Amino acid sequence: MIDLSTQYLGLTLNSPLVASSSPLTANLDDVKRLQEAGASAIVLPSLFEESIQHEQKQLESFVHSQNLGHFEADSYHPVPEEYKGELDNYLEHLHKLKSALDIPVIASLNGITNNGWVDYGKDLMQAGADALELNVYYVAADPAQSGNEVEQRYIDLLKALNQHINIPVSMKLSSQFSSVSNMVSKLQAEGANGVVLFNRFYQPDIDLETLKIKPQLELSNPTEALLRIRWIALIRSRVNLSLAATGGFHTVEGIIKALLAGADAVYLCSVLLNKGPEYIAELLLQLNQWLTEREYESIKQMQGSVSQFCAIDPASYEHSNYRDVIKSYRSDKD
Amino acid sequence: MPETQTVTIDGNQAAATIAYQTNEVIAIYPITPASPMGEWADEWASRQKTNIWGTVPNIIEMQSEGGAAGTIHGALQAGSLTTTFTASQGLLLMIPNMFKIAGELSPAVFHVAARSVAAQALSIFGDHSDVMTARTSGFAFLCSNSPQEVMDMALIAQAATLQSRIPIVHFFDGFRTSHEIAKVASIDNSVIKQLIKPDKVAQHRQRSLTPEHPVLRGSSQNPDVFFQTRESVNTYYQVMPSMVQQVMDEFAQLTGRQYHLFDYLGSAEAERIIILMGSGAETVHETVEHLCAKGEKVGLIKVRLFRPLDSEALIKVIPDSVRNIAVLDRTKEPGSDGEPLYKDVVTALAQHVGSEGSRFTQMPKVIGGRFGLSSKEFTPGMVKAVFDELNSAVPKNSFTIGIHDDVTHSSLNWDKTFRTDAHKNTFQAVFYGLGSDGTVSANKNSIKIIGESTDKFVQGYFVYDSKKSGAVTVSHLRFDNKPIHSTYLIGDEDANFVACHQPVFIERYPMLNMAADNAVFLLNTSVTPEKVWQSLPSLMQQQMIDKQIQFYVIDAYKVADLAGMDKRINTIMQTCFFSISGILPKEQAIESIKQAVEKTYGKKGQRLIEFNFNAIDRALENLIKVDVPEKVNIQAEVNNQLSEFTPDFVKKVTNELIAGRGDQVPVSLFPVDGSYPLGTAAYEKRNIALEIPVLDENLCTQCGKCPLVCPHGVIRSKVYDESFIDVAPELFKSMTVKGKDFPQDHLMSYQISPEDCTGCGLCVDICPIHDKANVSHKALNMVSYTDELRQQEKVNWEFFIGLPDYDRALLKTNTIKGAMLLQPLFEFSGACEGCGETPYIKLASQLFGDRMLVANATGCSSIYGGNLPTTPWTINAHGRGPAWSNSLFEDNAEFGLGMRLSVDKQKQYATELIVQLKDELGESLVDEILSADESTEAGIEQQRDRLHKVREILLSINSFIANELQTVLDTLSRKSVWIIGGDGWAYDIGYGGLDHVLASGRDVNILVLDTEVYSNTGGQTSKATPRGAVAKFSAGGKPSPKKDLALLAMDYENVYVAHVAYGAKDIQTIHAFNEAEAYAGPSLIIAYSPCIAHGIDLKNNHQQQQLAVDSGHWPLFRYNPENARKGINPLHLDSKAPSIPYREFIETEVRFNMLWRTHPDDAEKMLEQSQQDVVHRYHFYEQLAGLPWDEENSTQPPHRKLASVVKEQKSEKVNNTKHNGEGK
Repeated sequence: MIDLSTQYLGLTLNSPLVASSSPLTANLDDVKRLQEAGASAIVLPSLFEESIQHEQKQLESFVHSQNLGHFEADSYHPVPEEYKGELDNYLEHLHKLKSALDIPVIASLNGITNNGWVDYGKDLMQAGADALELNVYYVAADPAQSGNEVEQRYIDLLKALNQHINIPVSMKLSSQFSSVSNMVSKLQAEGANGVVLFNRFYQPDIDLETLKIKPQLELSNPTEALLRIRWIALIRSRVNLSLAATGGFHTVEGIIKALLAGADAVYLCSVLLNKGPEYIAELLLQLNQWLTEREYESIKQMQGSVSQFCAIDPASYEHSNYRDVIKSYRSDKD
Repeated sequence: MPETQTVTIDGNQAAATIAYQTNEVIAIYPITPASPMGEWADEWASRQKTNIWGTVPNIIEMQSEGGAAGTIHGALQAGSLTTTFTASQGLLLMIPNMFKIAGELSPAVFHVAARSVAAQALSIFGDHSDVMTARTSGFAFLCSNSPQEVMDMALIAQAATLQSRIPIVHFFDGFRTSHEIAKVASIDNSVIKQLIKPDKVAQHRQRSLTPEHPVLRGSSQNPDVFFQTRESVNTYYQVMPSMVQQVMDEFAQLTGRQYHLFDYLGSAEAERIIILMGSGAETVHETVEHLCAKGEKVGLIKVRLFRPLDSEALIKVIPDSVRNIAVLDRTKEPGSDGEPLYKDVVTALAQHVGSEGSRFTQMPKVIGGRFGLSSKEFTPGMVKAVFDELNSAVPKNSFTIGIHDDVTHSSLNWDKTFRTDAHKNTFQAVFYGLGSDGTVSANKNSIKIIGESTDKFVQGYFVYDSKKSGAVTVSHLRFDNKPIHSTYLIGDEDANFVACHQPVFIERYPMLNMAADNAVFLLNTSVTPEKVWQSLPSLMQQQMIDKQIQFYVIDAYKVADLAGMDKRINTIMQTCFFSISGILPKEQAIESIKQAVEKTYGKKGQRLIEFNFNAIDRALENLIKVDVPEKVNIQAEVNNQLSEFTPDFVKKVTNELIAGRGDQVPVSLFPVDGSYPLGTAAYEKRNIALEIPVLDENLCTQCGKCPLVCPHGVIRSKVYDESFIDVAPELFKSMTVKGKDFPQDHLMSYQISPEDCTGCGLCVDICPIHDKANVSHKALNMVSYTDELRQQEKVNWEFFIGLPDYDRALLKTNTIKGAMLLQPLFEFSGACEGCGETPYIKLASQLFGDRMLVANATGCSSIYGGNLPTTPWTINAHGRGPAWSNSLFEDNAEFGLGMRLSVDKQKQYATELIVQLKDELGESLVDEILSADESTEAGIEQQRDRLHKVREILLSINSFIANELQTVLDTLSRKSVWIIGGDGWAYDIGYGGLDHVLASGRDVNILVLDTEVYSNTGGQTSKATPRGAVAKFSAGGKPSPKKDLALLAMDYENVYVAHVAYGAKDIQTIHAFNEAEAYAGPSLIIAYSPCIAHGIDLKNNHQQQQLAVDSGHWPLFRYNPENARKGINPLHLDSKAPSIPYREFIETEVRFNMLWRTHPDDAEKMLEQSQQDVVHRYHFYEQLAGLPWDEENSTQPPHRKLASVVKEQKSEKVNNTKHNGEGK
C-alpha cells in the first residue's frame, strides 16, 4: 500500500487532494460526499468582510436608522431582536462541519480592515477551524503606491494576525508580484505556515448590451495549472513552508506534476463542480496507479523531486522558452 | 410594595405593555397615532413573549377597525380576554360593535390614542372628538394625561372592566401623550396579578358561549321587551364608579400612586376652577401651582372617569368656595349649545344645587370653552387667560382659547409671554433636523441615556412637517429634577440649548427666537469657523449678540465621511450635544453613548460600532467654539419675497403656513368648507437637492423617459416655435425637435425646476443615452447643486414655464414622447425622494388632468396630495385641472362612484334640457353636441367650443330651462373619474366597496398604487403583501401569498384590468392608462410602486421594478373586455415568463432578505412556495391569454373558458375511462 499522506500546514492529510473553496464546500451534504470520496481536507468558501460590512450597512440603513421624519411613521420595518448575519451562518456552518467530519477544515477569510482580519480570524479559530487561509486580494491601482508598499500590506496583516491566532495560517496569493519567490520567503519569515498558489479572481467583464461592468468567474481550465507548477518548482527548493497548488488541476497528470514540482497539497475545484465530489476517488485511484506502476512507496518520495533544484534541467524553469514555443508553433503549422 | 423600576417610553408603549400582559386575543389594525400599540403587540408575540398567565397572546390584523371590533366581539363571547388599539375614524368604525359589546356586558378595554375625526379635513392629531362620538355606546371612558398615567390607567381599566363587566375605552391624547417619551415607573407583574382577580377572569370565561352549556345571546326583540331589557343593566352602571375607585385605591396601595375619579388640585379656598381631562390638564396643573404660589385662589379638577359620570364624586371635590368654573372640552360639537363635558358639569351642578344636602346655595357660574383641537398648543398663558376670563363680570361662554376667531369672536386673548416658574431649573433643548438624518432617533436615545442614568425626569416630544422628503423635524427635550407637567412645546426665549443639524434650516426658520439668554447654539456647517459668522442671516447674528449666545460649530458631514459613516450625522451631533450642554458629566455621557451604540448594533455590528466610536471621538476633536463678534456682518441674504402675481390667498394663508406661522392665521381667512386652491406646491420652493440633473443637449435623443419617471414632476419637456428662443435666457438649452410629428421649425427643450428637485437621480438612471467616448456621461447627468446652478436654472425654468404648451390635439399621447409633452397637473409633491407611486399619478394628470375628478383614499397619496400647507394638484393655462377630494380610507371606491353617478345624472339632465332648447340654440349645434365623438383630444376640444357657444347663447335666453342648463352645461363634455388609493384601501379596508363598484359596470378608472404594505402608517402588512415579506404585523414573514386582485376583477368579464410597472415597461403603462380611460366601464390599473418600506434605496426604483417583472413577481398584462367583443382574447400578456430565479429578486430587498436572517428555514420554505407561485401564475395567465377566441363565446371570460376546457378534458377522460371500463 502506497503511503499517500502528506504534511500540509503542520496537519497530516491522508492525501494531497484537498477540496478547495467552492459552492460544494458550502453545503454540508456535499462536504460529506467529498470526505467520503477521499478529500483529505476541505477549504471553506471565503468569509468576506466586505460582504459583512455591506450587510451591516444595509441593516443600518433599513432597520436601525429608519427615521424619515413623518408623524405617521417613524419606521417602516420591524426591528428584529435577534438575527443571524453572514458571520453567524459561516461560523455555524464551520461548527457543523467540524462535528460531521474527520478531515481538517480550513477556513478562508477575505478581510478589508485590520480589525476585520483579526476579529474574524479569531472567530474562525474559536469556531474550530484547523487552519486559516487568508484570501488576500488587493488591487493596487494607485500609481502612488509602490510594489513594496503593496507587499508590506501582506506582511503587516500576517504580523497582526499572528499575534492573535494560534492555528496554522496560509496565504493565498496572486501571481502578480514582481518577485513571487521573494514575497513567499518574506511571508515565511513573518511566520506564514504556507502559501497557496495562485488565486483566481472574479474579473470584471463588460456587458455589450448595457455597457455596464459585470463581475465574471469562469471555471478554470487545465492550461492554467502550468503557471502554478512552474512557481512551485521554483519556490520549493528555497523555502520551508507548505505549498499548495490551486487553479487548473483537473486531471491526475496535473496533480502528479504539481507534486513532482514540490506541492504539499493540490486544491481541486472546477473539476469537482463539473464531475461531482465522487471524482476525487477516481483521481486518487489514478494517482495510486501511477505511483504503483512506477514503484513509488509514498507521496513524500516524489514531492519536489522535479523542483528546480532537483530537476534534470533546472534552468528551464527560469527560461522564458519563448523561442522554443514559437518554433514549436511554426513546426506544428508546417 | 415591590421596588419600582423605571423605563423611558412613550404613551403607546405604556398602554401596549399592560394590554399585552393582561389579554389573550388582540385584534389590530393600523391607524395613526395608535398603530405603534399594535406593532408592539405583534412584535412581542413574534418573539414569543408571554402575558401574566404565561401564554403568548393571539394577535390578528384585520381588514379594518370594523373587522377588528367584530373579531373582538366574537372573542369576548367565546370567553377570551380581548383588547384592541385605535383612534379617530377607526374608533367610529367600531361603534356598532361597541354597542353590542357593552349591551352584553362583556368586559374589555379599548385603548384609544384620541384623535380628531375628519370633518372639513382629515387630521391625524390629538383631540377628543373621536371619544366623544363613541360616548353613547355604553362603554365606560377612562382618561390618562401622561405616559405614566397611561401605564397606570391601562391596568386600572383592565381590572375595573373585569370587576364591573362594563367595557372601557381607555383614552389619552394622540401624539401629545401617545408619542411623548417620558420616564415611567413600570408596573411589576406581581402588581398586575394582584389587581386582575382570578375569580373575575374565571367568571368571564364561564359566561362564554359554549356548546357545553349553550345559551342564545344576541336575540332580536320586539316593542314589548326591548325597553325593559335596555334598562336591566342600570345597576351595573350605578356601581361601576365606586368599583373603579376601589381599583384605584388598591392600585395606590400597591404602587403608591393614588388616583380618584376626579382629582382636585389647587387652593382649598379656590374661587375659580377649571375642569378638563387629557394632557391639557397637566398644563393647567403646572399653571395652578404657579398661580397658587402667587396667592391666587384657583384650582383644577382632572376628570379621570368620564363615563359613567359620578356626579356626586364630582361635586364632592369642588371646594365650597368656588364661584366660577370653566369647563374645557377638547372637541367641538357643531350646533350644540355646549360641548359634552361642559354640559355634564352643568347638569351635575344643576341637579345638585338646591337638592337636599346641597353644598351650594346658588349655582356657580359655569362657562364652557374649546381648546387644543387637533393638537393645537395649550400653554400656561392660555390657562391664565381662562382664569382671567372667570374673573370678568360677564365671562364669555362657549369660548375658544388658542386661536384668533375674528368671525364669531369666540376666542380669548392670551399673554404669549406668560411663563410659570416651573422651568427655573429645567434644562430645555430644541433640535432642528432633517427627517432622514437621524436627529429624532439620536434624541430619543439621549433621553433614554439621561432617563436611565440619572434621577432626572425627562420629556421628549417631536414635531414634524407634513412632507415625506426633506422634512424638518423639531425635537423638544426637557430634563428636570421634579416631574414635568408641561404638555406644550418649548417656547420662545425658553431653550437653554438650540441645535441646527442642517445648515439649510438657518435660512428657513428663526430658530434662535427660542433661545434663552446665554443659551448654547450648535450648528452643523461646512463653512469654516473663520467664515461661519458671515454666512448667518442678520437676524440670527443680532440674536446671538443680544442673547450672549455661546456658539459652537462642527462640520458633521465631513466628520461622518472621515469616520466611514457615509451621511449619518446623528451620533456626531449627539456627542456634541452632550459635550457642550453640561446636562451630564462629559465622560459619563460619552461612555453612555458608546454603550448605547453597542446595544443597538450588538456583536454583529462590530464594524458599525467601530465607525460610530470613531465618529464620536472625531466629533469631540472637531467641535469648535466660535467667538461671537460684537457686530452684525453679513455677505448676502436670500430674498424669499413672493412675486406681485402671487394670489392673495397664497400670500395671506399658504405662505404663512409654509413659514410655520399657521397658528397665527385667524379664522376669517380660512375657507368654511375645506376647499383650497390648487397649484400651491409651486410656491413652496424647498431646495432640498444636493445634486440636480443637467442636460447634455448634444446627446439627448428626446425619448421622453426622464419626465415620465420623475416622481416630483420636476423635469419637463416642451416643443415650441423657434421664434421664442430669441428671448430665451443665455444659458437656456434647446434642440431642433426630432420626428415627423412636429413642424421642422420647432424646437424642443427639457428643463428642470431646480428648487423643486429632490435630487433622487431617477431621471439620470432611466436615461438610455451614453456618450460614445465616455459611457459614464449620459444625456442627463447629476451635478452638484451650487448657488450658481440654482440661479441659472431658476431663470431657465421661469422662461420655460412661460413657453406655450403644444396643442394637445396634435400630440400622439400613446407614445412616451407625445404624452410627456402634456403638462403634468400634479407637480412638486412632498412624497419620498424617488417615490414609486407619484409617476403614475402624474401620468394620469398629464393624459386626463384637465377633465379629471379624483376620489383619493386616505394614505400616502392623500397626504402628499392634499396635506396643507400646499397641494401638488394644479391647473393648466385655461384654469382647468383635476378636481380632487378625499373622503375616508374605507369608502373611496364608493366616493368615486358617487362622483360618476352625479356627473352622469347631470349629463342626462343637461341632455334633456338642451333638447328642449333646440330651437333657440340651433338644431345642428345641439345635434353635434349630443353626437359628439370625444374619444380624442381634438374631439374633446371641439365639444368644449360648442358648449362655449351654447353658454354665450344661453345668456340671452331668460328661461327656467336655460338657467337650469347653465348650471349643468359643463357635464356635456367628457369627464374622467379616477379613484386612486393604495393597497391597504383596495385589498383590505375598501375591498367590499371596490368590489361593488367593479360590479356596477360604471365608467370609473381605479388606480391602485400597490406598495404591498400600508405605507403611510409605517409599513404594516396588507393582503397585497407578498409571501415571505417581513412587514409590521408580519414580523415572522407573511405566510400567505399576495391576493390576486387582478384575477378577481377579471372575473367580472366587463372590467378593464391592467398590471403595470412603469420602470420595467413604460410604454405598456401608457397604453394601459389610455385604454383604461377609453374603456366605457370600470377599469382597474394595479400599479407596482416601489416604496421605502421595501427596504430598498429608491435610487434603485427602476431596477427593482425590472427584477419584480423578470422574476414573475409582477407579471405585466392587460385585460380589455373590448377585445372580447371583437373576437380577440381579452387578456394580453406584456411580460415574458419568469426569466430569473425569484431568489434573485428578493435578495435585493430587505423586506424579504431579513427573513433569511431571522427565520432562515421559513424563509427557504416560503421562497420555494413563492417560486412555485410565480411559475404557476404565469403559466395560468399564459394559458388564459393563449386560448382561441371567437365571437360565439366572446362573452365568456378566459379563465371560465379555461375551466370549461379543463372540465371538457376531464369529462372526456372520464368518458374514456368509462368506455374502457365497459370494454373490460
